[in-house]
Amino acid sequence: MPNLSRETYLNIFISLGLLVFPFIATAMDEPFYITLATRVAILSLAAVGLNLALGTGGLVSFGHAAFFGIGGYAMGILASHAQTYTPIFTWPFVIEGTNQMLIIWLVAIVMSGIAALFIGLLSLRTSGVYFIMITLAFAQMIYYFMISWPTYGGEDGLSIYVRNQFPGVNTLDPSSFFYICLVLMFAGLGLSAMIKNSRFGAALQAARQNEERLAATGIRPFNIKLTAFVISGMITGLAGALMADLNRFISPSMLSWHMSGEIMVLVILGGVGRLYGPVVGALIYIIFEFIFGGLTDYWQFYLGLILLGVVLFARGGAIGLLAGKARHD
Amino acid sequence: MSTTLLFEQLLNGLQYGVTLFLMAAGLTLVFGVMGLINLAHGSLYMIGAFACAAVAAATGSFWLGLVASIVAAGFAGVLIEMLVIRRLYDRDHLDQVLATFALILILSEGCRMVFGSFPLYLDTPDFLSGPVTLFGGFQYSAYRLAIILVGGLVALGLYLLITKTRLGIRIRAGEADREMIAALGVNIATLYTIVFAIGAALAGFAGAMMGAIQSVQVGMGEPVLILAFVVIVIGGIGSIKGALIGSILVGVVDTLGRVTLPGFFNLFMDTAAANSVGAALSSMSIYVLMAIILIFKPEGLVSNNA
Repeated sequence: MPNLSRETYLNIFISLGLLVFPFIATAMDEPFYITLATRVAILSLAAVGLNLALGTGGLVSFGHAAFFGIGGYAMGILASHAQTYTPIFTWPFVIEGTNQMLIIWLVAIVMSGIAALFIGLLSLRTSGVYFIMITLAFAQMIYYFMISWPTYGGEDGLSIYVRNQFPGVNTLDPSSFFYICLVLMFAGLGLSAMIKNSRFGAALQAARQNEERLAATGIRPFNIKLTAFVISGMITGLAGALMADLNRFISPSMLSWHMSGEIMVLVILGGVGRLYGPVVGALIYIIFEFIFGGLTDYWQFYLGLILLGVVLFARGGAIGLLAGKARHD
Repeated sequence: MSTTLLFEQLLNGLQYGVTLFLMAAGLTLVFGVMGLINLAHGSLYMIGAFACAAVAAATGSFWLGLVASIVAAGFAGVLIEMLVIRRLYDRDHLDQVLATFALILILSEGCRMVFGSFPLYLDTPDFLSGPVTLFGGFQYSAYRLAIILVGGLVALGLYLLITKTRLGIRIRAGEADREMIAALGVNIATLYTIVFAIGAALAGFAGAMMGAIQSVQVGMGEPVLILAFVVIVIGGIGSIKGALIGSILVGVVDTLGRVTLPGFFNLFMDTAAANSVGAALSSMSIYVLMAIILIFKPEGLVSNNA
């Protein structure tokens, strides 16, 4: 038996639990639970993106809803044009819509990456509170833009009637779509573990801990942080495209600052900087929403109380409570 | 576009800017003195508006409502500072953001539990409900004009408070070096509570005044809060003067952008397209303004670190 930490056992347990979950839900005759689990996987992926910037890089971005929403709108715009057989634009060259998930994901990743590059270029010139407020303000800018731009539904949002297609998989089957999302979630987790253990990840953590020292070793903190911010935005953007596909609906609320706050809450509930922190956070959030949302309309009131308690008294998040302090080995 | 319309919109922008200033002043004061970023500031704006609407509905007097808004928001500010905010001063900004985000959830949902989801309505007082005639026969809403005047007075009062009174000296000393003024025998905990309560009362007052123009509903403080953030980023965090300049700038640019941009695009587009492009771009105008200012002055227009 290798000497694994409690956190590793917890991670393995959660991974296996998610992998077999559709069978449990089918056995319980509760197919709706699979949709809930799909939301867990997608929100986890969104939070994995933020965790890279926030946990590893110490960049407190309060505007990740921008990337989540851009991913969502990438799906919405492409699929709505495919649905009406109209090209997106015809000049200077023709671009048609599509309902192929692989293309949509690529577009979502590229578009949110470009947005993250622009927002990062401007907001990383500052730090601390300025950075928090500026990321928030830019996300809000995109939010208001989508509300007042009528072409893709404006404030009302946009419905897509059929889920997009993935070669060889029936995406309308809840379990199949769940496994697509789960695989992408594991890919996101793998990527973020890889980044954290790479030379780049070491530089990123150094940028969080002491920028001057990093600069003294001849590495520019700005470039490191910008790269991390862009990768982080891309991962969250992909999650946005998946969420849009799950709901078959997009609206500016995906871009709202409540969404940014929610993604951040997932990271904190689970435990900042932990590999599985976002997954645990999303699990807790969805279970909490499911149970308390059924009991009272005001479930967010209790969510607020719990969040306040976690921030004031339990700073390691749920993984901190379950598995103790982070081990540095 | 006629000059009258432009002038009217300029005044609207000024009125909006003055309201933003009441929000931004509290935020920037709290950040400057305590180093705290407070997302729940918009909730205090909401509390002020609800207190005003509830008291005005019960007593029939807008003025009592206005007093109630200041008292309720100030009292809520003291309570929140003593229960929660106090524990956050020596935490990092991430903890502050999360805890105050949690406060937003608690206060918004709490407000929904008490008042329900439907908006309340608040009427302007009778003698301010009509238009006034300014020079040259130009007509403008008396209530909005009153907001501009009151906001100007509050800005002046705040300036006098900070520069001329003993409390103001302590606040400025607290901004400069908190250990030192604690060592000189100033009760720093009480000072912080007072500063937070002043900011809260200003936000509540702004909420009550705007409540009579817009509807009073849960979440009404959030758009204003985010604009107030833009204002203090533009003005320079911690600077009241910067907050004033930033507020007016944001108020005027936002209002004028909404009026002029559709007309501008109409010069070379058809009306429908010009309206939609104009509306979309004008909603982004203040963020573009913020981005431009950040490129040239990352510390804001009035840097406090000089």
